[in-house]
Amino acid sequence: MYDVAVIGAGVVGAMTARELAKYHLRICILERENDVSMGASRANSGIVHAGFDAKPGSLKAKLNVQGAAMMEQVARELGVSYKNNGSLVIGYGDEDKQTLHELLKRGQANGVPKLTLLEGEELRRREPNLSSEVTCALYAPTAGIICPYTLTLAAVGNAMDNGAELKTNFEVHKIISHDGYYEIVSGTETVLAKVVINAAGAYADTVAAMAGEPFFTVKPRRGEYILLDKECGNTVSHTIFKTPTKMGKGILVSPTVDGNLLLGPTSVDMEDKENTQTTKDGLKKVLAEAENMVSGINVRQSIRSFCGLRAVGSTGDFIITSKRRGLIHAGGIESPGLSASPAIAAYIVGLLKEQGYELTVNPQFNPNRPAMHRFKEASRTEKNRMIRENPSYGKIVCRCESVTEGEILEAIRMNPKPGDLDGVKRRTRAQMGRCQGGFCTPYIMKLLAKELQLPYEQIAKSGGESWLLSGTTKEGN
Amino acid sequence: MTDLVIIGGGPAGMSAALAAYDRGVRDILILERDDSLGGILKQCIHNGFGLHTFHEELTGPEYAWKYEKQIHEKQIAYKLNTMVLDITPDKVITATNETEGIFTIQAKAIILAMGCRERPRGALHIPGTRPSGIYSAGTAQRFVNLEGYMPGKDVVILGSGDIGLIMARRMTLEGAKVHAVCELMPYSGGLARNIEQCLNDFDIPLKLSHTVVEIHGKKRLEGVTIAEVDPKGEPIETTKEYIPCDTLLLSVGLIPENELTKQAGIQIDPVTGGARVNQDRQTSVPGIFACGNVLHVHDLVDFVSKEAEIAGIAAAAYLNGVPETKTEISIKTDGKIRYTVPEVITEKKDITVYFRVSGVYRNATVCVTSGKNVLLTKKKQKVSPGEMESVIIKKEMLEQIDELMFQLEVQS
Ligand SMILES: Cc1cc2nc3c(=O)[nH]c(=O)nc-3n(C[C@H](O)[C@H](O)[C@H](O)COP(=O)(O)OP(=O)(O)OC[C@H]3O[C@@H](n4cnc5c(N)ncnc54)[C@H](O)[C@@H]3O)c2cc1C
Ligand SMILES: Cc1cc2nc3c(=O)[nH]c(=O)nc-3n(C[C@H](O)[C@H](O)[C@H](O)COP(=O)(O)OP(=O)(O)OC[C@H]3O[C@@H](n4cnc5c(N)ncnc54)[C@H](O)[C@@H]3O)c2cc1C
Repeated sequence: MYDVAVIGAGVVGAMTARELAKYHLRICILERENDVSMGASRANSGIVHAGFDAKPGSLKAKLNVQGAAMMEQVARELGVSYKNNGSLVIGYGDEDKQTLHELLKRGQANGVPKLTLLEGEELRRREPNLSSEVTCALYAPTAGIICPYTLTLAAVGNAMDNGAELKTNFEVHKIISHDGYYEIVSGTETVLAKVVINAAGAYADTVAAMAGEPFFTVKPRRGEYILLDKECGNTVSHTIFKTPTKMGKGILVSPTVDGNLLLGPTSVDMEDKENTQTTKDGLKKVLAEAENMVSGINVRQSIRSFCGLRAVGSTGDFIITSKRRGLIHAGGIESPGLSASPAIAAYIVGLLKEQGYELTVNPQFNPNRPAMHRFKEASRTEKNRMIRENPSYGKIVCRCESVTEGEILEAIRMNPKPGDLDGVKRRTRAQMGRCQGGFCTPYIMKLLAKELQLPYEQIAKSGGESWLLSGTTKEGN
Repeated sequence: MTDLVIIGGGPAGMSAALAAYDRGVRDILILERDDSLGGILKQCIHNGFGLHTFHEELTGPEYAWKYEKQIHEKQIAYKLNTMVLDITPDKVITATNETEGIFTIQAKAIILAMGCRERPRGALHIPGTRPSGIYSAGTAQRFVNLEGYMPGKDVVILGSGDIGLIMARRMTLEGAKVHAVCELMPYSGGLARNIEQCLNDFDIPLKLSHTVVEIHGKKRLEGVTIAEVDPKGEPIETTKEYIPCDTLLLSVGLIPENELTKQAGIQIDPVTGGARVNQDRQTSVPGIFACGNVLHVHDLVDFVSKEAEIAGIAAAAYLNGVPETKTEISIKTDGKIRYTVPEVITEKKDITVYFRVSGVYRNATVCVTSGKNVLLTKKKQKVSPGEMESVIIKKEMLEQIDELMFQLEVQS
């Protein structure tokens, strides 16, 4: 019997599990995919929003501002890169300026520090590549950028290092409530837990319904992106948003924390919660809008397009609540869910305490996750020390991102362990560069096969049916 | 201090090293990141290399071995598993390997021979899902030829570059079904002989003016939708066709690997993606030369070796302190001719200028002018982007000019 079962290993489930690991609790994270961070937490903008978007008084507003303030420390503890680059909401003319004024006031009401309106020279000085039609901007110095799946991976890893368990390929089908505990069923497997936390993202409504509480719905809303080569990473230094209109927030242009340039997302309501296809129109729209905002975007340098699904809840706000002792839902966690995630976790633990669960602090809890070695970012002395201690840090496997064999082996051995190529990619950035794995795929497959003691041809791209090789050639090997 | 450091031990790097050696340079070091010399040739086990250089048909590894053997005989030094991370304009090279860690070398001259990489799917924005089963043709070639594994059984190939054509045949011989090769342009980017020997001989349809408009399949590729495109390259809705397949190979272009070149502050030609060079393949930084696919993408390795010889000989001359010349004649192109190599001429001597055209043209005349003077014309029955062309500019033509214009005149 576990004390707590967390359903869903997105950033919300991950942060919550880590927060709970600070107490003497037996924790289990249940995830339907073969790895963590496979939902919205994998494909989003990676912005730590300052917090001026949401309506004052909403849970979104409160938890965003709190979460953003916590993020830098959480990232440091987890060894995840975070950059406080600031954001600019840009406007074209007087009408937009009026809207920016309102945003500023809303932000102040939400408690966002240091917001200012910029114009003319000062704006250009801050961000020289803004398109020439831009006249004004709301500047939020507290906004930042982070890699969302690295954060999720690190939070799950840290929770596991502190005793939490992770069950992947565990899709919850049924939840049976008993006196003082819950029975959570996936196919033939069952997990028992005293407390259930529903952090199932786009499926939070389905999971709630399984437990007999169908009081909210979650609808997917698609967002498509284009990622440009690192050579374009300096096109802008801030995250650039458009002034929101009745039609929505529009797309953004932002450096990523790893130094690429990100354009997107679109915003289209969907029915299918599995459909993360990119579309021709979507990608066109992203480019057209981005070019309108910032000059000097070089489309020829794009290396990847992708798509994420926002989980839009039926109330318009985050739905973080409990109707029954021991069953807490975290639904409708759309943007700014990533920014808010550390605060959401603390809020959920608060709800548990309110329900009378006695949580005793675990003095052994270690908030720090050993930062993974990053050959590329290390100083020369560090690099030499790494290679002396372990020569495999001198062997570069991914040429585009300069990822070494040592780093890949480290990622394969570290919690939560990857089982396939994409898992290694998200943990190390190998295959994420400009050649997109063209050279290093076979090498990484060999390392995975050896470490996981699997036959080479059984290594998959992303679990399940995503096989890479259909068999040997006629001569075999 | 090392006299000559060569970055990349493919055919370009080896040939440049040998040429420099033959001109008396002895202190040479080749740095290669892979675990053997030979570059991309190691995985090209098909015939068709060396017809120009050796007048016989060799496989890629055989061709490479001809050079590697001489590297051994002449005891030219090389380090394998060694990745160059950085080059400065003062020719300080930073590299790493497992045994020495990070180390630097001060070179007197450098030859860049890093080759190229393939353009990935992301650069194309093909809409749809992101399943497994989509490989660049070169990666598939590596799996099949070096690792002995098949990437799939039912194949569509996008792009008719040479590697894609070669792989169409290779996959077929290995028992896979290649349903089609789709090419966006109304002509193929590959060599005519490859279309004949790799597609026509195996009844593989080459669909010109066609592209893949959507990718299907959640985990593994399940099919692609292809469509014909109009002259603007826009897919024509009514021509959409679904082809079930488990593998999509991309042969949609090669990109010279010039990260190091850019770090060294060397001027890049935006059209080739490689360094801007003079007739000796010297870049904008004196003493740094470039050759092979890192400079511009070649169709045939024979041309790579030849170009590398030029660079090797010039590096030897540079080390011997040949006086600098003051001439600077830049070569311009009209767009129909996309680019030339060299891009600039700094010495008055007979020079072969290589160039590529931007489309297929019949009955065309290559015309080299300087101001109003026509210096040279050359009639061609057919020119196409897939085949590199050349003309020889005579020393006499270079007197008293400071610019050359390369044009293609086409009767319509
Ligand atoms: C396009 C886009 C852009 C965004 N940009 C930003 C931004 O810039 N800044 C920001 O703060 N936020 C942003 N967000 C919001 C942010 O990404 C989300 O709020 C956050 O990732 C939600 O995390 P989650 O853990 O709730 O959901 P998810 O990451 O979706 O995790 C849910 C997990 O539950 C699992 N699961 C589902 N059903 C079951 C089941 N039955 N059994 C077991 N497991 C199950 C899923 O597989 C998944 O791993 C953006 C979102 C999108 C889509
Ligand atoms: C897949 C493929 C198939 C081909 N098929 C044919 C054919 O059928 N017939 C034909 O005539 N030609 C063919 N070609 C063309 C011909 O083989 C190439 O033009 C030729 O190999 C290019 O030689 P290169 O030395 O410039 O580059 P490469 O062979 O690519 O060699 C470059 C070398 O530099 C090394 N290197 C790069 N960066 C670094 C660094 N930072 N540090 C250290 N080392 C580095 C690389 O590891 C590599 O070994 C083919 C090319 C490709 C890519």
